[in-house]
Parts: sequence; structure tokens; C-alpha cells
Amino acid sequence: MAWIVLEKRAEPSLAMTFLSPLVAIALTLASSAAIFAALGKDPLPAMHAYFVAPLVDPWSLQELVVKATPLVLIATGLSFCYLSNNWNIGAEGQYVMGGIFGGGAALALHQTGSALGLPAVIAMGALGGALLASIPALLRIRFSTNEILTSLMLVYVAELLLDWLVRGPWRDPRAMNFPQSVAFDVAVPILVEGSRIHVGAALAVLACCAAAFVLGRTMKGFEIRVIGQAPRAAAFAGFSPARATLLVFALSGALAGIAGALEVVGTMGQLRPSISPGYGFAAIIVAFLGRLHPFGILCAGLLLALSYLGGENAQIMMKIPLDATRVIQGLLLFFVLACDLLVLHRLRLARRGPA
Amino acid sequence: MDLATAILLTVVTASTPLLLAAVGELVVERSGVLNLGVEGMMIMGAACGFAATLATGSHAAGVGVAMLAGMAMAAIFGLLVLGLVANQVACGLALTILGLGLSGLVGQGMVGQRVDPVGPVDIPWLGSLPVVGKLVFGLDPFVYASFALVAGTWWFLSRTRAGLVLRAVGDNHASAHALGHDVRLVRFAALMFGGACAGLAGAYVALVYTPFWVTGMTAGRGWIALALVVFASWRPWRLLFGAYLFGAMSIGQLHLQAMRGALPDFLVLPGQFWSALPYAATIVVLVLISRSRGRRASEPAMLGTPFSPDR
Repeated sequence: MAWIVLEKRAEPSLAMTFLSPLVAIALTLASSAAIFAALGKDPLPAMHAYFVAPLVDPWSLQELVVKATPLVLIATGLSFCYLSNNWNIGAEGQYVMGGIFGGGAALALHQTGSALGLPAVIAMGALGGALLASIPALLRIRFSTNEILTSLMLVYVAELLLDWLVRGPWRDPRAMNFPQSVAFDVAVPILVEGSRIHVGAALAVLACCAAAFVLGRTMKGFEIRVIGQAPRAAAFAGFSPARATLLVFALSGALAGIAGALEVVGTMGQLRPSISPGYGFAAIIVAFLGRLHPFGILCAGLLLALSYLGGENAQIMMKIPLDATRVIQGLLLFFVLACDLLVLHRLRLARRGPA
Repeated sequence: MDLATAILLTVVTASTPLLLAAVGELVVERSGVLNLGVEGMMIMGAACGFAATLATGSHAAGVGVAMLAGMAMAAIFGLLVLGLVANQVACGLALTILGLGLSGLVGQGMVGQRVDPVGPVDIPWLGSLPVVGKLVFGLDPFVYASFALVAGTWWFLSRTRAGLVLRAVGDNHASAHALGHDVRLVRFAALMFGGACAGLAGAYVALVYTPFWVTGMTAGRGWIALALVVFASWRPWRLLFGAYLFGAMSIGQLHLQAMRGALPDFLVLPGQFWSALPYAATIVVLVLISRSRGRRASEPAMLGTPFSPDR
């Protein structure tokens, strides 16, 4: 009887480093077709509505960039955390906190016509995200508290804080009791005439380039990668894991915060009780699908944005429930993680079972 | 039934799903695997258990299907983490995302539907005793099952040979492997137990706690269960204390919100603050626990460390 056995490669396969995400995407597409069929939909038109239709319409191509912007910003920050073995899974909360701080700045400057509006919004967003993210970092450094659970718990706290603000002190009194703030008047420059693509998209690309430079060309980037891959070597080299933890948490919090602030002030134009369709969690998938590399993240961000757009499109055209998007995103992450194996191992058919 | 008894009964119903899910995760972590997907397994248990009860009218079928659903989810996780040596933290997150999505698909036709809740056991004579009749002999079967699970888990881990092997695998998988134990088999069995417990906890939420379907109805309980395992320092009996402490707190904040008129001014806070309390308290408790000296010693040494037999 033939078995498939895993064989360790002598060294990581360069080809597989690039191919394994593509294999994962192919497997995800195949299983999405199966899911659509299981939901009683004709798989081919469903696949078309989900993965192709958004790419052939100019309006949705612009929306693709709008949705990819926060994903790429957040995932770029997260890659620093994951490369250094810091498990920040609360980016959703840091994004919300950035939205609160950035929205607060926009409220404070409302009807002042201040030219400082946009810088203030971005700076406050970054501050809000970084402050929230430094809580799990400091607790891990000082008390060695598990950062996975604390960063996640803070997501709920941030969401409830936002909920209270827009239903309470920050509610627009003229909004007929709707839980929403006033419409902000801070001008966020639009990059493409007639679209919703704002300056955040440029910032996301900039953040990717900066991250690629820092990780690939600077001592700090080297330090972060060594701490993640070889903690003992990092200790001998005199790198401080505590300082790195605080740095990567604050950095990823700041980027998530900027994403939240720009989403609220630029894309939505006001604060509402819910300001994210799960960007903070989807960005974790983006980070891994992009193999924790800035330019990989850029591509992966567009793909996850496609899953959001396709999900909406398939809901309208084919009545496929929105939850299918989550299933596809979850499967994608599974396949990405499974295919990572191909980088270090090869599959081989063997006559007998593994010893 | 007086008010105090009623409040205590709601505390029991709030604590039981936490206890059920946490006892499963405790065994998983004792074997050295960190499964962050408790929330995903739990919500799948809730959705599938509810659907099965809705279709068959049988609670037993619902509970069985819920446990199978939890185990199926855990099997996916096991395949990746044990078979393909994938990253455990990321796989756990994937399991949660997948579970939340799949449960939405399973539950799309059930929104607003209702099932008969599982009622309390009916013990003649004992059940009609004053106070203890309701509080000790008049609970639903899940509650007794959760106590039995805690006792059984303690007995298994500390008094049986198989439990010793499981702990050995969790504390030093290389040595356990060298002694001839099948590390991956032990861990897979532990994962199956964890999945069944999480599914059972989900069934409790959907069939007892709120017997109608709400999307995402487990509302972060899986994550609280994960925190409880740390809180309990990986010891079953402490889990009992932790789960009831959290249950009491989440019910307590509801009652405080309800009687805001009678409260002193400084306690009259917006509802969102009270709702955030269990999450904030979890962080505080995690900090207090990680400060204590005993924790490092009781944490399974191989927790979250990948193992492959050829290395």
C-alpha cells in the first residue's frame, strides 16, 4: 500500500516560498465551489459572482483598494509582531481605538476649518491604537501575562467604549436618535477622481515600503527577526526582547489605529456603533498569506479585500449568506498554514507506512 | 422560589458552559497543545446541536450532534497542528473564524426559531426539600455532568497511568517519544476530548441558556474559558472555582444594571461599562495569576511547542 510521507528538505525551497500561497489559494477556491454547491447554488455562477465579477467592474476595482487599505496597514504592523514571536491578536480593538481617537480629533476640530485636521486625525489614531496595544505588551513584559488573551479581551472593551460614545456623549443630537456622530468636515484628500480611494491607500503602500526597508536593511529589523527565530542567539547578541515586544506592539497598534482613524474620518465620514467588518481579524490572515513579508502582504490584502467585495456581490446576486465570506477566510488561513509545510518538506509516495 | 435562589440558579447556568469548555481545554493544554479555537468549536456545537434538536425534537440527539460537531472541528485542528506541524496560535484563530462562519451558514434558516429548553432533573422527594431541593437536586443534567467531568478529569490526570502519560507528553514530548509513547496519538485524543467538551458547552448555550438561535450566541465564552484554564493554573478543581467566580460576576453585573435606581450615584454607570467588566476582570485576573510564583511551575512545559517524530 502506498502512503504519502513527508520528507524534510535539506534547505527551505525557494520556489515553494512563492508557490505555497498560490497552492493555498487554489485549494480555497476549490473548497469554496464545494461550499456553494452545498448551499444549493450553482457553483460556476457563484464563483463568478464571488471572485470574478468584482474584478471586471471599474467601481468595484476602486472599492477593492478602499477595502484593502485598512487590511494592508494593519497586517504590515502585525507582521512585525509575528516575526518577533509576539502574538497580538487584538488588532481589531486597536483599529477601533484608532477610530475613536481619530474620530475624537475630527469632532474637536469640527467647524474650525483647521488645516491641521488630517495630521491631527492620523496622529491621534496612531496614538489611540498604540496606547491600547501597549497594555498587553507591558503586561507581558512586567508580569509575563499571556498577550494572546489580554490583547483579545481588549477588543471587547474597545468595542463597548465606542458603543457607549456614539450612543451617549458623541451622538449627533440632530440624528433623530440614531446612534451616530455628526458628519465630520475634516478634508481627507481623494487620490482617484470620483472614487472613495483616499490618502490612506498611499499611506498603506508607503508603510509596506518602509517595513520592507526596516526589516530587510536595518539593524532593528534584523534584531526583530532574530528575537523571533532564535531567542537564545538574540540574548547572546544583547538584544532586549522586552524592548522589542513593546516596540512591535506599539508599532502594530499605531498602524491599526491609523487604519481605523482614516476609515472613520475618510471612508465613513462619521462614527457609528460598528466601524469594522472584522478587518482586524482578517488582517491576521493577510499577514500569514503574505508570508509576513511587506510586499506579500500588499498582494494578500487585495485578495482578502476581494473576499469582502465578492461576499457582498454574491449576497446580492446569488443570495449567498455573508457568513460564507468568513468560512472562505477561515479556510484560506488553514490552507495557508498547511501549505507552509511545503517550504520545509516535500511530499513523497512511499511503499510502506511511516516508521 | 425566592429571589436569592433564583439569582443563584442563574449563576449556575452562566457558569456551566464556561466550566464545560474549560475542562476540555485544560486536558488539551495538559497534553501540550494550545487550541485557541474553543470559541469556534463551541459555536459550532451550539449551531449543530440546536439544528439537530429542532429537526428531531430530541435533546439527546442535539447534545450528541453538538459533541460530534466540536470533535469534527477539533479534528481539523489536530490534522494541521499534529499532522502538518502548523503554527498552533494561527490555526486556533483560523478554527475560530471558520467556526463563526460555518455556524452562521448552519443557522441561517433558524434565526428566531425556538426549542423546548432542557429542564431540571426531577428527583422525587429530594427535589421538594426547602432551598437545597432546587439548588442541589433540581438543576439541569448538564450541571451534574460538568461536576462529574471535573472530578473525572482530576482523577484521570492524577490517578491513572494514561493521565500520567498525557502529562508526560505535555511536559516533555521528546522523552515521552523516546519511551515509546505515541505523542501525536495522545495529543489527538486530548483534542477530541476538548472538542467534545466545547461542543457540549455550545449545546448548553443553545439548549438551556437561551433556547432560541442567535448568530454568534456564544459571545466570547470560548475565550473566557481559555483564560479560565490559565486562571486555574491547569488544575481541574480550581477551574470549578474560577468558572463560578466568572459566572457570578457576569450575572452580578446584570443585576446591578437592573437595579440602578437603588444604587449609590457612583455605581450608576452606562450599561456598556458593566458589559465590559467581565473582559476587563479577565485581564486583571490573568495579571494576578501570572504574578504568582506557582504558575510557571504548573504550566505544561511543551504548551504550544510543535512536535514531529522525525526530529
